[in-house]
Amino acid sequence: MIQIENATKTFGQGDSAFTALRDVSVDIAANEFFTLLGPSGCGKTTLLRLIAGFEPPTKGAILLSGSDISRLPPNQRPVNTVFQNYALFPHMSVAQNIAFGLEMLGKPKAEIAKTVDEMLRLVRMEELKDRRTSEISGGQQQRVALARALAPHPQVLLLDEPLSALDLKLRKEMQIELKRLQSETGITFVFVTHDQEEALTMSDRVAVMNAGRILQVGSPRDIYERPSERFVANFIGESNFLDAERIGGDVTLAAGGSFAAAVPEGVPEGKVSVLIRPEHIRVRGGQPEAGELSAKVETVVYSGDATTLHLRLATGEVLKARMANAPDSDAAVPAEGQDAAVSIAPGAVTVLRD
Amino acid sequence: MADARKGYSVRTLPGFAIVALFTLVALYAPIAILVVFSFNEGTSLAIWEGFSLRWYRQAIANEAVQDAALRSLFLALSASFVATTAATMAALATTRTRRFPGRTIIYALINQPLMVPEIVTAVALLIVFAWIKVWTGHTSMIYLIVAHTAFCIPFAYLPIRARLETMDMSLEIAARDLYASRWLTFRRVTLPLMWPGIVAGLMLAFVISLDDVVITEFVKSAGQETLPTYMLGQLRRVVTPEVNAISTAILLAGAILVSLFFRLTNRQS
Ligand SMILES: Nc1ncnc2c1ncn2[C@@H]1O[C@H](COP(=O)(O)OP(=O)(O)OP(=O)(O)O)[C@@H](O)[C@H]1O
Ligand SMILES: [Mg+2]
Repeated sequence: MIQIENATKTFGQGDSAFTALRDVSVDIAANEFFTLLGPSGCGKTTLLRLIAGFEPPTKGAILLSGSDISRLPPNQRPVNTVFQNYALFPHMSVAQNIAFGLEMLGKPKAEIAKTVDEMLRLVRMEELKDRRTSEISGGQQQRVALARALAPHPQVLLLDEPLSALDLKLRKEMQIELKRLQSETGITFVFVTHDQEEALTMSDRVAVMNAGRILQVGSPRDIYERPSERFVANFIGESNFLDAERIGGDVTLAAGGSFAAAVPEGVPEGKVSVLIRPEHIRVRGGQPEAGELSAKVETVVYSGDATTLHLRLATGEVLKARMANAPDSDAAVPAEGQDAAVSIAPGAVTVLRD
Repeated sequence: MADARKGYSVRTLPGFAIVALFTLVALYAPIAILVVFSFNEGTSLAIWEGFSLRWYRQAIANEAVQDAALRSLFLALSASFVATTAATMAALATTRTRRFPGRTIIYALINQPLMVPEIVTAVALLIVFAWIKVWTGHTSMIYLIVAHTAFCIPFAYLPIRARLETMDMSLEIAARDLYASRWLTFRRVTLPLMWPGIVAGLMLAFVISLDDVVITEFVKSAGQETLPTYMLGQLRRVVTPEVNAISTAILLAGAILVSLFFRLTNRQS
């Protein structure tokens, strides 16, 4: 659907030049909910602006259904944007905002009226259609921005952190609503967020970006369970990084214990760094048996649904373990200062490219 | 901000009240006297002889006043219209384009007339227009319109530019994203949103043109009196409250336009 081929974007010239995107290549499939995830300033908005046509790429190309659109002005691309600040037209009513794109496309009046009504229903704004956009709440503005971008039925919808201004409850509602809209309309969504949980719960696939590059593209499960780099692992969820020695598909931790591990491409044999998620670690009080590591409990933090333990391994490395709380689990958790035996779930060890 | 300054208030400075009072009196007392005596029954500008609208009636009936008033109106309308059009384009070019070399210079050039003493501009225009008048033999209102347009442009430009600067470029980008061409983006989004600024600029330019004396006096050809130059001519001869009546009428027109201007420019949020 959208192919981004070696896109590079440099702002400015000479000494003040700044490269916001470096050689980014990615394919986004039709009807996909595709998310760009990364820290502030990593180039997410810049990539969206390239796809929308607000900026030309410095190098590389953007293809839509096989044809190069890199040089088309934004009004000639079947792509619409939901802006982070919504950018609703303040001199128009809600309905006029939604009708704008259709009018510009020269659609007949009757069709425009019909589509606007449909959109109003879709985002549940029928009652407020004659209001000024300054006279509705933030969440309502967000829905109008969405309806306005969806009304011309673009092939691709770009959403730049559309939920970031909303409070938590409304945000959760809108997440579900967005998913519903995407499956009802069959439009490809390219969604930007720096909230990892939002990315994992909503997306078909996620691209993790940092410093102008795409580090990894994959399903939420891939990204979370098989991150290829330390940055990705660190950015998404809680992580433990341990030193280890790799021979083939087997990894021996410096702290002891041998595990079969997933290995991404391009990692040499020998010294490596591995990831173990805290929830894949079991801890019990007492001395370790075969296959377990010995550790000392440093802190125990209760947080409602789970308890997090900070453990000191024999190598001096710190290991975080997160255990779900059950009504009877209290006795099973060792206390601070106690010796503990640590076991790691099979398949929980992932080798990282550094 | 007002709160932060509370501890240090100029109002408590010694002598502040006296200076303020003096300034207000100096500003408004002469104007108040002028207005009051425009309603004087007698011919004196110093002795009150009772209320009447005599001087207003006389001014309205005076053909020279009628002629000058119409010319002033025509001149102010033409000049403010042309100046506002030019200022609108200039404001768009200095806010709605990518930074280009010379943008700051253009900005300075547009505002320069505010800095040049009016008398200098007047003499310069007098000389240049005198050449052209001799050379072409043409002596219509066009010289006055050109001159007024020139000094009205910065006054029209400032409110328009101020308006454009408060307007988020993302609205225009959104319009482009929604399939509007450059022209339609301008017509459907930029223009309606900058409209209050344009109207404010137009009114300000109108008022500025309406009461100009110096440049008009230098540039006008024979028989091209505007209201202000007519009044100046009258003052050199007999001074009657007729001049006060005309002044009061201009004051009223100006006050109405300026208050409309403030309403428009303050409604920006
Ligand atoms: N027009 C520009 N000129 C110069 N630098 C720019 C321009 N636009 C963006 N940048 C820079 O490019 C980098 C990427 O910006 P971008 O807006 O894409 O970040 P982002 O990932 O969307 O961040 P955020 O999550 O904060 O929105 C930033 O360092 C930014 O300063
Ligand atoms: Mg951004």
